[in-house]
This record gives sequence, structure tokens and C-alpha cells, in this order.
Amino acid sequence: MKELVKEIFKLAEGKDKIRLMEVCGTHTVSIFRHGIRQILPENVELVSGPGCPVCVTEDEYIDKAIKYSERPDCIIATFGDMLKVPGSLSDLSEKSAEGADIRVVYSPQDTLKIAAENPDKKVIFLAVGFETTAPTAAATVLAAKAQGIKNLYMLSAQKLVPPALKILAENSSSNIDGFLLPGHVAVVIGTDAFKFVATEYKIPGVVGGFEAEEILRALLALLRQIDDGRAEIENEYKSVVREKGNLTAKKILSEVYETTDANWRGLGKIPESGLRMREKFSDFDIEKVLPVEVEPIRKKTACRCGEVLCGKITPPDCPLFGKKCIPVKAVGPCMVSVEGVCAAWYKYGGGKFSFA
Amino acid sequence: MCLAFPAKVLNIEGSLATVEHSGIKRAASLMLLPEAKIGDYVLVHAGFAMQVVEKEEVDEIAALKAEMNGAPRTVYELR
Repeated sequence: MKELVKEIFKLAEGKDKIRLMEVCGTHTVSIFRHGIRQILPENVELVSGPGCPVCVTEDEYIDKAIKYSERPDCIIATFGDMLKVPGSLSDLSEKSAEGADIRVVYSPQDTLKIAAENPDKKVIFLAVGFETTAPTAAATVLAAKAQGIKNLYMLSAQKLVPPALKILAENSSSNIDGFLLPGHVAVVIGTDAFKFVATEYKIPGVVGGFEAEEILRALLALLRQIDDGRAEIENEYKSVVREKGNLTAKKILSEVYETTDANWRGLGKIPESGLRMREKFSDFDIEKVLPVEVEPIRKKTACRCGEVLCGKITPPDCPLFGKKCIPVKAVGPCMVSVEGVCAAWYKYGGGKFSFA
Repeated sequence: MCLAFPAKVLNIEGSLATVEHSGIKRAASLMLLPEAKIGDYVLVHAGFAMQVVEKEEVDEIAALKAEMNGAPRTVYELR
């Protein structure tokens, strides 16, 4: 590891500020947990992009989930980190305290059992996540269909990483010199799906694993490219990432879901960056079976999660950070999820120490 | 929600596998990775096996774990 850091220092020496962005919440947390920001040269800045699916989910989605949770005939099944995401007026954990039937699951397939055990209820899974998680929801729908389960539904708001990278690459104010690409998204979609970043935008990208050494290796590979003036997509997570990704997962995903325009918190509407269920599976789509209307509510807060997610500011630049907005009582979504940028900053801090 | 770990496939019944990680066993669906075989190490995310982990990586992890438990360092010889 020392050698990796030494080489990073050597390559960074004498260069202007280099901004490298990670676009995966697990990378964000790992970078902080291992103190990687702290041992990098002064001029190498790591900024966090929209890599936490919870954080980029809009209020409106949470409001819908809350609406469903208020119905006595519905059970909400969700990953635990969605519970405390603030909607416009409330959050799911508050609803749970008020008596709504909200169950935390580890896997979407756990919902099959809940649905089978509660035939008179509609079981709604909050299907959020990126390409890594999206195929698991799709496979669950196929399994439900095969098992003849008719009371399991998805409330879908999955997002796709490449279209967001495109927006970040086009937006010159982000000033990104290189992307640390998300390892587990790449497991599914493959390194080929990121090629456009290098060919169209001339920005280097390296797929990285999640251990400290793997992240440093990926950062070193990025710096080597910058030093050589190259822009390529490289794979530093070869143990599980292939060029074409997981073909079965991609096939199952596209059997159930199709792309659609989607709203990202902080980035706004991005064309073809979200997923919706295909017409063929509308029996499993709660928004088709039991549509709910939610009124768009504009919250007035000083929260700057939007700018944090684009790498324009760091969390301490936000007036709420660490004051009104803390992990147990978060104002913005970036503080809610353990994978959120603000939560990571709050827990681990942003100081520097020298690595002798 | 994103928590992926490598686990060994112990048993397969239909499209459901029993996988083991650090002595903990649980079920993982093979719907997204039908090619997985007993004895493979697979990356498990949200209850689904997502990819077979390459043998070299698995051996390195095993060597590092053994080292943590007092065995001499062998990981460099694997590279």
C-alpha cells in the first residue's frame, strides 16, 4: 500500500488540481473508512458523485410510498435505508411508528414469502437502486409470475449510472478529470457500457473494487492515464467484472423493465436514465394496478444535497451540515443513508494526515 | 442497500443455492447466475448471486484470512 501511495504522490507532483469522482456509495464509504482522502496528495481531490441510490431518489417517490403505506390493504417491503429518507412531510419510519405495516427485507426475494403469507394484502416492494440491484427486482417479478403469486407489486424508481455520468461529463462546472467507476454496477453492465466516457468525453475511467488497496490501485491507474494524456476505460476489479457484464442479469432486467426519463435529486431530469416496468408486467406494477396521486410540494430548506451530489460543493459547505442536519435527524437524503456523502463526512470527517 | 460479499456455493436446489461466508450460511438465488456450480465462489448482492469470483482472488482472500489467524504470509507467492 505504501508503494501505491508513493507512486500516486510521484505522479501527482507538479500537476494542477486533479479532481477524481467516485460514483458509488460503497466507494464513498470505503474511501472515508480507510482514510484514503487523508493520505492523498494535496492536489488530488476526491469528490463524490450521485452514487447512492437512496440519495438520488426524489421526494415524490417517498411521498407515494407513504401514501401506499397508509392503506390498510398494503404491506410495504423495503431495504432498510429507505426508512428514514425524508419525503415532503414525513418518512416511512414515522409511518411505521404510527402502525403502518412496513417490513425491512434483505433481498427482494424475501417479498415472495411475505406475499404468500398475506394473500389478502398487497405487498409492495420499493424497487430502487442502480443496475446492480435492478435485476434482483426483475428476477423477483419473474419468480412471482412463475409461482403464481398475484399480490406482489413493485414501486419502481431504479436509475442507470451511465446517463448520469454523461450529464456530469457534459457539465463543465463539475471539472472531473477522471471517474472511479462503480465496481458492482460494472459486474452487471460490464466495462463496455462505460466506454463512451473515454471515447466521447476524453475522460479516463477505471472500474475499482472496494478494499483500500483496490481503490488505491484504481486511483493510481487514473493518475497514470492523466499523466500519459490517455483516456481509456480500464478494469481494476477483474475478479468479478467482465467486459460484457452479466448477460443473464441484463437479459432478465430488460425482459421486465424498459428505460424511461427519470428525475434525479440534484441532477434533475435525465433522459433515458430510469427504469419502468414493461406493459407486459403491468399486473406487478403498483402504479398501474393502484395509482396514487401525490401533490408536488416544494420544501423550503437550505439543504444543498443537490450540489453535493454533483461534486460542486463538499458537505461542510452546506449551512445545515452537522448542525440542523445530522444522521439521526437528517434534513437531506445525503445524510440519511449510511452510503450518503454527508453521512460519510459527518462520521469520518475530512481532515488530512501525513503518510510517512 | 448495496452490500455484496463473496460466498462459497455449498448446495444447489433448482435456482436456489446455499452459500457460506465466514461460517454463516444463507440462501442465494441463482436466477441471475445460472452457470454457478457447487464449490464456486460467487458475489452475492441482495440475496442474488451476481458473478463467479475468479479463483485467484478467492485464493488470495483465503491466504490473507489464514495470515490473520497466525499462519505465515503466503499471499505474495500466489501473485
